[in-house]
Amino acid sequence: MNDIVYNLSNMEISEPIFKIMNLDFYYGPTIALQQISMDISPYLITALIGPSGCGKSTFLRCLNRMNDTIPGTHVEGQILLKGMDIYSQDIDLANLRQKVGMVFQKPNPFPQSVFDNVAFGPRVVGFNRNKSDLEIIVEQSLRQAALWDEVKDHLNENALSFSLGEQQRLCIARLLAVQPEVILMDEPASALDPIATLRIEELMVELKKNYTIIVVTHNMQQAARVSDHTGFFWLGKLVEFSPTAKLFTRPEQQLSEDYITGNMG
Amino acid sequence: MLHGIRSIFDHQFEDVRSELQGMSLLVDTAIDRSMQALAERNTSLADSVINGDTEINKARFKIEEDCLTLIATQQPTASDLREIIAILYMIVEMERMGDYASGISKTVILMEEEPLLKTFKKIFKMAEISRQMLADSIQAFIKRDPIWAREIAKRDMEIDELYKIVFQRLIKIMAKEQDMVTRCTYLMWCSHNLERMADRVINISEQIVFMTTGTLEEFE
Repeated sequence: MNDIVYNLSNMEISEPIFKIMNLDFYYGPTIALQQISMDISPYLITALIGPSGCGKSTFLRCLNRMNDTIPGTHVEGQILLKGMDIYSQDIDLANLRQKVGMVFQKPNPFPQSVFDNVAFGPRVVGFNRNKSDLEIIVEQSLRQAALWDEVKDHLNENALSFSLGEQQRLCIARLLAVQPEVILMDEPASALDPIATLRIEELMVELKKNYTIIVVTHNMQQAARVSDHTGFFWLGKLVEFSPTAKLFTRPEQQLSEDYITGNMG
Repeated sequence: MLHGIRSIFDHQFEDVRSELQGMSLLVDTAIDRSMQALAERNTSLADSVINGDTEINKARFKIEEDCLTLIATQQPTASDLREIIAILYMIVEMERMGDYASGISKTVILMEEEPLLKTFKKIFKMAEISRQMLADSIQAFIKRDPIWAREIAKRDMEIDELYKIVFQRLIKIMAKEQDMVTRCTYLMWCSHNLERMADRVINISEQIVFMTTGTLEEFE
């Protein structure tokens, strides 16, 4: 396979928020990611695409060390978050996962009220000094997640009584309540209907004003619609990483072209 | 058409529409200045029109690139897709109109100090109508008005009439006075270019009808 094509060098890129250098990842003896190197730009949406099993979700979970919870995994190379190696021994994992939050494919609100879902993180972290602080945080987070109008009169209702799209936005609000810097999204809309999907996409575009977003999606059209940069993974390797418009109009690698055009058997 | 929750698409599309309007203004300016150069025998103004054609070409390529990106990343369908296709055709027509303006300017340089001919007034009238047709067609595009687009296309008959008159007069002059042949030929080129400009606006009008109604038709 050719060396990865890295087309961001002639763009105006501010200091990357994530710098990944020669990352290898193993599940036991099996290598799942090989020599991944990329710079993630802040306040943009970076999409990761590729077929099932290509390593994109594994890569995403490396960025907040969620893979640590899987026994037998092993990482080589470096992942720098604002210059700090996240795999160094000095790193506070809880703090890392607060700063680099994650939204999952299947909405997973706690079986509690809307209010308690969003307030959970701030209570644990100690953001709230009093009840009104917490109420402010909850409202702000729900507003940022474009959910406030739908739930403001139902804050005490169980989160599971809402639609899947609303539950997913609630999970985003929950994450926002602890003031992350990066939001990782692992196929955030694949369980949702088309309208709910578009609402999540619009929300992502709104959120990138204040947060860096990295989204894994098997839906290429979604990646094309919302992202600024796109990385194409194949069999554990990063084949091409470039501005989204470029990847979807003039991919440099034949493999990228074949995948995007559906010319793969 | 706004899509509400597809604001990225709306903004990008709106940008393309603005760029299209910008390009039409460049073309209109080129036509205006080329005619001014012709009236004044102003070769430096003519030069600036010729050099300015690169800006029109750049505008076309920029819009093409943006349309390509819109198609690849936003997957437009139905009337949105027709509009983007229409825009892709319209910019080619406008780019050719810019070339015609450039061609008129080239004849100014070729004619140098040649005196004016009486038929000049009608040539200016052709330019005035062509410019108005272009401006109106862009408005019809913005307003998504197929009825207006059809009306604009009918003005081509006025241009054709004027062209016929100019052509016949120039032929008569050339038949009588041999030393006027070169000058008349250049003016014939100018009037031909203006007649072709109006034909391009007809093509633009056809695209506006296609965009709004989905019907592909050729106006006579």
